[in-house]
Amino acid sequence: MAAAPEVRPPMHDELLNPYRHGDSLIHRLPAAVKLLVAAACVLVSVLLPRTAWPAYAGMGAGLLLVALLTAVPLRHLGWRLLLAEPFAVGVALLALLQDHGVQVFLAMLAKSTLCLFCIILLNSTTRFTDLLQVFRRLRVPALLVVTLALMHRYLFVLVEETARLRRARRSRTFTTGRVFGWGLTATVAAQLFIRTSERAERVYAAMCARGWKL
Amino acid sequence: MHIPDGFLDAKTAVISAGMAVAGIGVALRAVRRASAARRVPLIGLAAAFVFAAQMLNFPVAGGTSGHLIGAVLVAVLLGPSAAVLAMTAVLVVQCFMFADGGVTALGANVFNMAIVAPGVGYAIYALVRRAAGDSLRSRLLATAFAAWCSTVVAAIVCAGQLALAGTVAWKVAFPAMAGIHMLIAIGEAVITTLVVAAVARARPELLASHPSTSASSRYIELTAYGLLVSLGLVIFVAPFASSWPDGLEKVAAALGFEHKAAATSIMAAPFSNYTIPGFQSAVSSTIVAGGVGLLLAFVLAYVLARALTPQGDAAHGRGAGGASPHA
Repeated sequence: MAAAPEVRPPMHDELLNPYRHGDSLIHRLPAAVKLLVAAACVLVSVLLPRTAWPAYAGMGAGLLLVALLTAVPLRHLGWRLLLAEPFAVGVALLALLQDHGVQVFLAMLAKSTLCLFCIILLNSTTRFTDLLQVFRRLRVPALLVVTLALMHRYLFVLVEETARLRRARRSRTFTTGRVFGWGLTATVAAQLFIRTSERAERVYAAMCARGWKL
Repeated sequence: MHIPDGFLDAKTAVISAGMAVAGIGVALRAVRRASAARRVPLIGLAAAFVFAAQMLNFPVAGGTSGHLIGAVLVAVLLGPSAAVLAMTAVLVVQCFMFADGGVTALGANVFNMAIVAPGVGYAIYALVRRAAGDSLRSRLLATAFAAWCSTVVAAIVCAGQLALAGTVAWKVAFPAMAGIHMLIAIGEAVITTLVVAAVARARPELLASHPSTSASSRYIELTAYGLLVSLGLVIFVAPFASSWPDGLEKVAAALGFEHKAAATSIMAAPFSNYTIPGFQSAVSSTIVAGGVGLLLAFVLAYVLARALTPQGDAAHGRGAGGASPHA
């Protein structure tokens, strides 16, 4: 998203939080079921032979049906797919450079698009915190789950903090010079790190106050 | 460098996932053993910091812009194991919340960007610092060089995985990935060094000594990452690098899926094996370019370090380096 304007809070929320609340059948399914089904779908489409075009089409139709069932606006799903797709296309382009590349390219594109759509359906209908609960039940080490939970909790806080720092910087500097600009942006990043480590101290104190132990 | 779903075959995905799990295990053990409970929230927040910092745009020519990757930055600021955990968290969140990087490729992505990148980065950082001393200038030199090398090595391992999976031939993947990332790595080195220098200006004590771990346990940690990275290079890169002309064919034959390639090559006759000129020489010239790039990166690191340390500040940096044990 190179062309996006710098700071727009509602847009940020739209970008950052994939979850769209709803009351559909899919929303009400347990997170563990959704995660397992999505993982199974991804696995199947990865393992399909490269030339299994009818199977790709079938899976695509099935996923679309699920998408309609979730009642999440298709615009939202399409938008998120569009955001994620360039990365897949970028890697797939490498495949074009080799012998019989076109076929590999198309197959890769079909597979990765199906998988992207699976994951987007999953994260549009399931809260990340619910997924973390599933991870915990799957015996993912507690330290890793805590790290993920803290990251998710402070992601939004730090992105807003970044926006504030950038706004403050923009209201004080008038240069757009490239070299100078890099230095300023790096200072913003450094300041963000300093604030992050200070916040971590406070979070630690608050966690201890509530009886947390490693 | 995020590999999407569908680009890796089962074998490559499973091998990389296994090595990723091993690396995360080492990091978890190291953090737990240091019994540094106060660092747990810092690691989680550092992951959020990397994510937020990746949203800062650094304008490059022609309306494009780059951003920080952050593995070496976190490794330098928080130590290698904290960086492994933080980068793992970043990749897991990117995978599940933003569909950035595939689920089946998560192991490979974690291995490349959360284990190879901070592992190689920190090892080089520590080596250069040992050789160049403890001043701020040598720290910045070490940071810049480590950032460049770690980005390039991670990209080469990624190319090896794509080649081993049979998705993109090594003679294409290696020059493309290594070539592009030698340039990206320059940006990463400059940004990382600028940020570290800015942190050092504002809060030298945050850069001070690496918290928690004793020298011996850090040694064990680094050895473990070193072993994992070498294993990764042996599995993903060596089969191609040892005999570049037909490394892939050899592996294909060895693993018994040669017939697959044969079947597909019938369909696209116009490009038989070596008819695209340039790709063969591209591999060797990429290796040469890599050597030159390594030298240039060191020069760049030296210039950056000189430019970013104010006159007479080297002594100040040394003072801060030894001063407070706590960060």
